[in-house]
Amino acid sequence: MSANWQSLRSRLPGSRWAVISVPYLWLLLFFAIPFLIALKISFAKFEMAMPPYSSLLNWEDGFLVLKLRLENYLYLVNDSLYVNAYLSSLKIAVIATGLCLLIGYPMAYVISRMEPATRNIALMLVVLPSWTSFLIRIYAWIGILKQNGLLNNFLLNIGLIDAPLKILYTPAAVYIGIVYAYLPFMVLPLYSNLVKLDRRLLEAAYDLGARPWRAFLAITLPLSKAGIIAGSMLVLIPVVGEFVIPEMLGGPDTLMIGRVLWQEFFNNRDWPVASAVAIVMLIILIVPILIFHKSQAKELEGRLA
Amino acid sequence: MSSRRSGSTSTWLVLGLGFFFLYAPILSLIIYSFNENRLVTVWSGFSIKWYGELFRDQQMMKAAWISLQLAFYTAWASVVLGTMAAMVMTRFRSFRGKTLFGGLITAPLVMPEVITGLSMLLMFIALRGLLGIELPLGMTTIWIAHVTFCMAFVAVVISSRLSELDKSLEEAAMDLGAGPVKVFFVITLPIITPALLSGWLLAFTLSLDDLVISSFVTGPSSTTLPMKVFSSVRMGVSPKINALATLLIAVVSTVGVIGWYLMARAERKRARDLQLAANQ
Repeated sequence: MSANWQSLRSRLPGSRWAVISVPYLWLLLFFAIPFLIALKISFAKFEMAMPPYSSLLNWEDGFLVLKLRLENYLYLVNDSLYVNAYLSSLKIAVIATGLCLLIGYPMAYVISRMEPATRNIALMLVVLPSWTSFLIRIYAWIGILKQNGLLNNFLLNIGLIDAPLKILYTPAAVYIGIVYAYLPFMVLPLYSNLVKLDRRLLEAAYDLGARPWRAFLAITLPLSKAGIIAGSMLVLIPVVGEFVIPEMLGGPDTLMIGRVLWQEFFNNRDWPVASAVAIVMLIILIVPILIFHKSQAKELEGRLA
Repeated sequence: MSSRRSGSTSTWLVLGLGFFFLYAPILSLIIYSFNENRLVTVWSGFSIKWYGELFRDQQMMKAAWISLQLAFYTAWASVVLGTMAAMVMTRFRSFRGKTLFGGLITAPLVMPEVITGLSMLLMFIALRGLLGIELPLGMTTIWIAHVTFCMAFVAVVISSRLSELDKSLEEAAMDLGAGPVKVFFVITLPIITPALLSGWLLAFTLSLDDLVISSFVTGPSSTTLPMKVFSSVRMGVSPKINALATLLIAVVSTVGVIGWYLMARAERKRARDLQLAANQ
């Protein structure tokens, strides 16, 4: 009896499989499969019903007929609104990522060179704002950038400008908001990369007569490539689909695909078109996501080795 | 010597400008929450009346309560699932499907929220049609959606702690005959407690903050705090929102500083203990 029990136990999946399967199944069911369902619905047709889309499989004359409609995708390609929204989202995301890198790199560099105690405080100060509500930090910029806002009042008072600048509801405001909200995501991976940099390499370069700027270009910059990639992807990918920032700080003409998807879903209630918009966005982002995934995996392996 | 001096000047310049950029908007929110004037940016005297208005706003209070509950339950589930995922990524030998698992755990970190939100809603609807599982849209569906993306962030925090951890303690316990489950609860868990705490707090704030995903998967009866804030901001700037922002900032920075202090202390104690053990 006890021998039977033993053999049964050894055949049952152990705690190892329980630990793997619980998060695995959760992510499959609630993260992977939803994309497949969105893919399916992107081939359906809008209908005034609940749920508001046609089914792909139907019985017709005793045959089970699978109808994949490409009309949603054709619609996206033929309407310049969608093409422009994708292009302008990519453009905004690329420029904003570049700006984050320009501001974030010097910050990460300077922090990584500090004494460990001050370094931790500085790092906490970088992260702390991102722990407070994203929505509220974007809202703060409305008060600063608007026509009679803090920035315009300040510039008028010091006499730098004669008439208030129009910044809010322009692309400039969207860039400011994105850089502001996403800067910590750039600084953190850059910092954790730069802090590991072997300083002896730089000292060797100085001993060989390299000027600081040249030593930076030849040693620090190439060695921080992994941090640059990770930080850039952490900014670029979510910004392409950003909704809140263009909605709150951008004008009606600030075209971004996240906003278009939101309007298709919430205003037009056209779920199939919204799904097609999401699927195309996913296809555009698949390469950056893979690059990010690879850099994350490498980071983990590098530490394990 | 002079190059070092100029180095430190540019250091303070970079950090000064950087931190000014990060904190000036937050400071302006706090200052103008005490402004008596309805026009947010015209100062007309000190007042705390907007705080009173905020607490009298029944809808806002109800939304805050819903959000706090959601964040609390999300944080617990995310820490459990995220820790499991982190153990799988850093401690388990390879198995078939590990690559896909790694992808599923990193993708939520960067996936645009509109895509995640829409897909999850479609899945909840499809679940109803296909399997007949009736998940009413509301607290439950928001909770599931929040746990899904928060567990990925928790997994990153914990696996980066696990991977820099010296495995020799765990291996020693295994050598002494402890099973993997016992090793985890007796050895690993106490060491990674600070990481669990920061993971918990991260999940809590992420959930408390989420607007886009919640908007997709919610039902008519569950309005979360970000949804309420978003709809009132759309109507225009209101000092009440400034008051709410100030309260949130006060809570978050207090919790953040305490958490940071506790973690730093735990870290120092651990270093001391290791030192002691090494000396013995």
